[in-house]
Amino acid sequence: MKVEFLPHRNQLPEGKPFTNEEFDVTCSACKAVHKRSTLLRSFYVCPACGAYVRIPAKDRIRLIADSGSFAELNQSLTSVDFLKFPDYRNKLNKARASTGLKSAVVTGIMRVEGLPCAVFVLDSRFIMASMGSVVGEKITRLFEYATRKRLPVLGVTCSGGARMQEGIVSLMQMAKCSGAVRRHSDAGLLYTVLLTDPTTGGMTASIAMEGDLTFAEPGALVGFAGRRVIEQTTGAELPPNFQRAEFLLDHGFVDMLLPREEQRKVIGLLLRQHQNTKERRA
Amino acid sequence: MTKERETDTKTTDTVAQNPLSAYERMKLVRSQNRPKGSDFVERLFTDRIQCCGDRRFAEDPAILAGIGYLGDRPVTYIAIDKGKDLADRMQKHFGCPMPEGYRKALRHMKLAEKFGRPVIALIDTLGAYCGADGEERGQGQAIAENLVEMMGLRTPVISVVIGEGGSGGALALGVADRVYMLENAVYSVITPDGCASIIWKDAGRVHDAADCLHITAEDMVRFGVAEGIIKEDFDRFDSMCMDLKKLLLRDIDALSSQSTTRLLKNRYNRFRRIGIFEEPQEQ
Repeated sequence: MKVEFLPHRNQLPEGKPFTNEEFDVTCSACKAVHKRSTLLRSFYVCPACGAYVRIPAKDRIRLIADSGSFAELNQSLTSVDFLKFPDYRNKLNKARASTGLKSAVVTGIMRVEGLPCAVFVLDSRFIMASMGSVVGEKITRLFEYATRKRLPVLGVTCSGGARMQEGIVSLMQMAKCSGAVRRHSDAGLLYTVLLTDPTTGGMTASIAMEGDLTFAEPGALVGFAGRRVIEQTTGAELPPNFQRAEFLLDHGFVDMLLPREEQRKVIGLLLRQHQNTKERRA
Repeated sequence: MTKERETDTKTTDTVAQNPLSAYERMKLVRSQNRPKGSDFVERLFTDRIQCCGDRRFAEDPAILAGIGYLGDRPVTYIAIDKGKDLADRMQKHFGCPMPEGYRKALRHMKLAEKFGRPVIALIDTLGAYCGADGEERGQGQAIAENLVEMMGLRTPVISVVIGEGGSGGALALGVADRVYMLENAVYSVITPDGCASIIWKDAGRVHDAADCLHITAEDMVRFGVAEGIIKEDFDRFDSMCMDLKKLLLRDIDALSSQSTTRLLKNRYNRFRRIGIFEEPQEQ
């Protein structure tokens, strides 16, 4: 039986060029304000202090994907304030207006060094990229799509955790996404995670830690319980690098630290190494 | 298009309207004199062999795991136990499992899969253990691994929230084919205490937070998170456990009659359909 491993170009949605709209981005470390176009040239490394600035989701894809190759999927899904939770509607409206996004995650397909890959990227500007129904549904649909089309998945994570404004329904998104990851994995397909600052709570306890390979950006905060909560409950003095990418590397939870200028190359290489992935024997 | 699952109460043993507020229930399930995981284990399972250790790092006494009989069926049981007296409670870090606890639970689930035994998980935790050592040993990774493994576990899994279902620490034993809530049990994405200090910067508003979060057994059935509610009768605890045993055996029979493919498909879909959002038609 002949199995076609790579989807034909015409089976995948058509990519669109990215916008060049100008906007201001504030450095999360030194609070300096920079033009987006300046940051795009420097891999979003702050020209003032050298810190890694948190990258808007679409610019993140732009830094990794081949030019013009990204096509977004399921972009119209929007959150509903079904619990009538205090201030949620207002928070959603503000986030939508300030980011131009409809939710905290951008999902789609792209090519890296010519090889196709499904991708999801969280955007910390959108309610701290917390994980509610829409984030859960879009990531689940992406894995289902990737399983059908036999595509690898790259996940670029950051999150404050589950979105408490959606109550228990948001907690269940962790299980829902994990189910889709499992099916994708059972089909013998590659899932790679790139942990970025900050990845915490429910995201760390689900899709961020479910990759076949796990990379982290240097200095990124990655953990389950918050540092302050731990200090308050245990009274313990925590080391300065606690829950940083380097700390996870030392403790064996990350494969390697991946500086921004190397991400595209390493991800491209990884996709090349896995492009002939066979269907797993039943 | 809004997706909301229709309430499925056909498996629910009807429980009279519960007059307690979400906050009152939360206080109730946290009280010391309420039966703990070990009390349920003693009454539900006979001829038990209780086992220790995750074969990786340590033993976590906050999670009890072993093999026992449910009626005449061998099963694997896993129970979070908050402990009895202060020394016991401290040793079990008040029922907040360490990564080792979740890894021990997973070890027993894999054994259950190997020997074709159903898994019964009893959940009662404020949440996963919160501390530097838990972080060093991958608390998040341990929970994540359980979610993925339970999604593919080729044997029936039934979870019962007997007290508190605290966030990811509860879900790590809650990826099941059926989930039941005790009448006053609560299940929440974040503790109402934590939620109150985040939204109002005032831990005193925990009562309001408990309402906002919708944490009651009825809420769980409404959102498709639980299949049914189990009536509490701690004055006649033995007979209550007998009824629970009958319910679990009935479910195990039903689940065991399904093919593994069907079982896993149903488990996937059980979680797949949870989520409420809008999807306007794309232009």
